[in-house]
Amino acid sequence: MLPSPIKVVKAFVDDFPTLMLHLKVTLIEAVAGLSFGVLLGFIVAVLMDACMVLDKALHPIIILTQTVPTVAIAPLLVLWFGYDMLPKIILIVVTTFFPIAVGLLEGFKSVDKDEINLMKAMGASKLQIFIHIKLPGAMGQFFAGLKISASYAVVGAVISEWLGGFQGLGVYMTRVKNAFAFDKMFAVIFLISIVSLLVMKLVELLHRKAMPWLKEDR
Amino acid sequence: MSLLIVKNVSKAFDQNKIIDNINIELKKGEIVSLLGTSGGGKTTLFNIIAGLQTADQGQVILDGVDITGVTGKVSYMLQKDMLLPYKSVIDNVALPLVIKGMKKKEARQKALPYFKQFGLEGYENKYPTALSGGMRQRAAFLRTYLFSESVAILDEPFSALDMLTKAQLHSWYMDIMKDIKLSTLFVTHDIDEAIMLSDRIYVLSGKPGTITHEIVIREGSKKPKAFNLTPEFLSYKQQIVEALEGSLT
Repeated sequence: MLPSPIKVVKAFVDDFPTLMLHLKVTLIEAVAGLSFGVLLGFIVAVLMDACMVLDKALHPIIILTQTVPTVAIAPLLVLWFGYDMLPKIILIVVTTFFPIAVGLLEGFKSVDKDEINLMKAMGASKLQIFIHIKLPGAMGQFFAGLKISASYAVVGAVISEWLGGFQGLGVYMTRVKNAFAFDKMFAVIFLISIVSLLVMKLVELLHRKAMPWLKEDR
Repeated sequence: MSLLIVKNVSKAFDQNKIIDNINIELKKGEIVSLLGTSGGGKTTLFNIIAGLQTADQGQVILDGVDITGVTGKVSYMLQKDMLLPYKSVIDNVALPLVIKGMKKKEARQKALPYFKQFGLEGYENKYPTALSGGMRQRAAFLRTYLFSESVAILDEPFSALDMLTKAQLHSWYMDIMKDIKLSTLFVTHDIDEAIMLSDRIYVLSGKPGTITHEIVIREGSKKPKAFNLTPEFLSYKQQIVEALEGSLT
């Protein structure tokens, strides 16, 4: 039942072209889903920060979207939107927007009141306060959220592919599972972890690029 | 004519009167201190002049225009420098210009010539974390100055610094004021600082806070070196201590 590491490596090497083919599909879904998720999370956070009523109204709904297990809504999404990429991307958006929205909102709210007052005293508009104080002030929390979301995106893509599709690592995984090819399954798992790690590393690089002032702290 | 006039200003929070009937005048190029104990309503008055809070009664008049409750007219500086960690020093300093609608590049160009005078040369493109405490306050002061070249209010700007840095900044401050002639209202609880820096001192005391004394420092900006060791200095100090004590009983 548990294949030897050598067998797994061999399966990985032999299957490499097929794996890459499926990886491409999974990555496209993950990146598209994450991009829209970040966008949605950003919009939600900005709206909730700007308007108290919206904050109160959206908060329970957002929490609700996270209490519903992904595996439970994935089949529904497949029924509604078919076996193409769309249901997968929607699923990823639903899972990834949350850490971004929560992180950004926390960031916006934790901004120093005195700094906002100073900006107001300088005659700054709400938009200027947002651009100069709130947005850069929330960057740290944004990237903390993005790190979580990015790993969710890859895993989310694979899970959504389990439930139906034509291509992708999740589809491939169910296929080799049904063939009891454990070595191949482990090769896929291996690949998914590597990709997740790489994506997180990428986010970290982005983080450092986007916040160069952190370097001089040390 | 006075540049900044605070006229009959009163303010209460939940029926609790904080300041009562405050009258202050600031002439062009003058440095005036508002001296008071902690919790005496200094900050409230400060916020009203900055336009961040409204007054229950009275007016704040700048250059003949009523600016009560209007922000963006008087620049201010606090004990906290509030330099934004994610902006370079020059962008921090030029921020008020950008907010006024100037292009970023233009704002930088306008700020740049002041760096030498403010002892910040070579740090234009560094982040604020690279600056020492004294430099940070100087940068904050430059930002304040760029925001308004006519009038500024400073709320205990030097009180977070150590003794030596503070003394250095005081003499630097006196020097630079001769050049830039920024009319300044200086809020402080430090009697020595008030005497060293000001042309005139208002003593704010009592509950609710009122202006109980006005003391003119005759030496003004022409104070000799080591002025704080002279008998004149001590006599001013005694006057102020008595004024503060008298109001406590």
